[in-house]
Amino acid sequence: MLTDRKIRVLVAKPGMDGHDRGVKVIARALRDAGMEVIYTGLRQTPEMIVNASLQEDVDVIGLSILSGAHNAIVPRVMELLRENQMSDVMVLIGGIIPAQDVEPLKQQGVAAVFPPGTPMEEIVRFIRENVSNRTVVA
Amino acid sequence: MPENKESEKALVSSPPAPNLELAGSGDQLAAEHSQGRRPTQAEREWVKKTLAPLLDKSPEKPIGTASGSNLDQHGNARFTTVSGKPVRRLYTPADLPGWDLERDLGFPGQPPYTRGIHPTGYRGKLWTMRQFSGFASPEETNERYKYLLAHGGGGLSVAFDLPTLMGYDSDHSFSAGEVGKCGVAIDSLEDMEILFRGIDLEKTTVSMTINSPASILWAMYLVAAEKQGADWANLSGTLQNDILKEYLAQKEYIYPPAPSMRLVVDTFEFGSKFTPRFNTISISGYHIREAGSTAQQELAFTLYDGIEYVEWARRRGLDVDQFGPRLSFFFNAHNDFFEEIAKYRAARKIWYRVMKDRFGARQERTRMLRFHAQTAGVSLTAQQPHINIARVAIQALAAVLGGTQSLHTDAFDEALALPTAEAARIALRTQQIIAYESGVANTVDPLGGSYFLERLTLDMEKDAFAYFDKLDALGGMVRAIEKGYPQKEIAEASYQFQRMAEAREKIIVGANDFTIEEQPPEILYIDESVAERQADKLRRLRQQRNNELVRNSLENLKRAAAREPKPETGSQVSPDNTMPHIIAAVRAYATVGEICDALREVYGTYQESTFA
Repeated sequence: MLTDRKIRVLVAKPGMDGHDRGVKVIARALRDAGMEVIYTGLRQTPEMIVNASLQEDVDVIGLSILSGAHNAIVPRVMELLRENQMSDVMVLIGGIIPAQDVEPLKQQGVAAVFPPGTPMEEIVRFIRENVSNRTVVA
Repeated sequence: MPENKESEKALVSSPPAPNLELAGSGDQLAAEHSQGRRPTQAEREWVKKTLAPLLDKSPEKPIGTASGSNLDQHGNARFTTVSGKPVRRLYTPADLPGWDLERDLGFPGQPPYTRGIHPTGYRGKLWTMRQFSGFASPEETNERYKYLLAHGGGGLSVAFDLPTLMGYDSDHSFSAGEVGKCGVAIDSLEDMEILFRGIDLEKTTVSMTINSPASILWAMYLVAAEKQGADWANLSGTLQNDILKEYLAQKEYIYPPAPSMRLVVDTFEFGSKFTPRFNTISISGYHIREAGSTAQQELAFTLYDGIEYVEWARRRGLDVDQFGPRLSFFFNAHNDFFEEIAKYRAARKIWYRVMKDRFGARQERTRMLRFHAQTAGVSLTAQQPHINIARVAIQALAAVLGGTQSLHTDAFDEALALPTAEAARIALRTQQIIAYESGVANTVDPLGGSYFLERLTLDMEKDAFAYFDKLDALGGMVRAIEKGYPQKEIAEASYQFQRMAEAREKIIVGANDFTIEEQPPEILYIDESVAERQADKLRRLRQQRNNELVRNSLENLKRAAAREPKPETGSQVSPDNTMPHIIAAVRAYATVGEICDALREVYGTYQESTFA
């Protein structure tokens, strides 16, 4: 029998940037949409993010990056996920990402990049439709 | 205008008035129209004879979706500011009960400064067109500065990159991927000298957006200017140095609040003795608004931050009339045209009252609020970015009509990246069109006396004082921040606006309405070569400088930082003021990261509790 588990999302702000309006709004929107949301707070290293994701057993990691540091941060996060056999965790990025960087990020395994102005609803829908089926067999 | 001189408290809260004599058709409408007001007979007639029949035929329609916040309890259209404040159909003298021409408005250059701090407005001197700029290396930013000055920019405004803002050198592991991305990378005095090479610092006013390490970057600036042959007494410019709004909104803090406040007060003391024309702080609402606050919260939290700085400086024994004239402010210029203008006018009026009544300031200069404005980055759309030019023009116009002293206009591509040179030039040209073509600078406070604007100004004032009461009750801003009160207020407002935007109750042209399929524009792309070049420079610097001198200067700084500075009444600063020690370290070419590390050893670092 399948139990209906709530989708668990970890939202994080890696890097030095402190602009957290977006990440807070998203955390609340996902919570309002019935998901379990863990917000890590500011200035998280890739190691901290992956560790927290492992411990919280999340289905989705949302990274909010506005400073331009994505090419330094995201590859490391993806590498750590692979090392920890967590490649089934969906990784999403929100923030200011130059168009030319989007495809390379997706090739590294990022499921989607949401630019400024993306409706919260679109992000909720994307997660619901694409989160891997990790429903526990009871 | 009404002549009764009620107490100041009564004037900002208009008492509800009974409407007894209304009967017949249009009754309900007339009652609603009169709500809390005493309209004249002529106005009542207008409601009955002209307005009511028209509304029967063609009811008003909300701007945006007819749902939620756009409808009142009867299902009629409701109109609100971008901050969610209801706006009436029409404003008349009935909206200004107890408003007094002399007390509330006065004359420009006179208390309460509602109409501005200069008797001639912009007729003697236009606002300073100061474009915030900085990217990649000091060499590249120096080129951009020369470009902006050549195109008629009046002053410079330095944007530093995140490692500099957070007090790390470009070659620190935390800096990976961040060097030169959001601003210019400055590691040592050498970089500061390059940044202003060929720019006469006695003749150019320079503003620096730097907070936690503000005293370090300021010291670098002062020494760089001195090496050019400039006299510190002739330097004018502004240091942002506003740590409180970092805890509130922007989150670029290093040390805990108390030592951070001490560093700020050190700059006040130093500035009042050695740099009489330099603004040692720019108390900033800009970032509070960008974090999603309302206009009312921006105004209240910013001015209350100002109150907190004055309290701490007075505790050090500084005289409010000595450092007070060098306090400056920085506000956002957001979308809601009239609400923004009211905000600037109310800010001057409130600060006058606070400095006079709360702190007993004697000099007029201490009581005058001077401010810089920047158009709202948060309002820019990544979609159809060129339309941001129109948005920025309207926001900039509000700042000018509100009497700003200097202005930054955002470039249209800033929702996507740092601006290209072309986008930066268009932003500057936008200000020039307002200044030289529109005619708005011909007369002082041209909107003064507008029933609507004066009502909004009174309401702004009332809302700000209501927040002041709450913050006083919490024990001041530092305590309120520790309790998370302002942070939660801002997060709530931000979420509410986002919800309204998603429901299209608030329209964002190009983003949630009037959208098109489009290609991304050309942007300024900054690669990792800046980080490598900065790292090379640092390696060379550490080999060539006198490292013993660096070590000694940092030890002296740590000793002073650990002690409590005593009040000093002479022409010198307190011996434990950190500024002279930081200047000594900077002269020895100690880096931003090394000086911040020295202070981290003494003060520790701050971690916020997560409020989300």
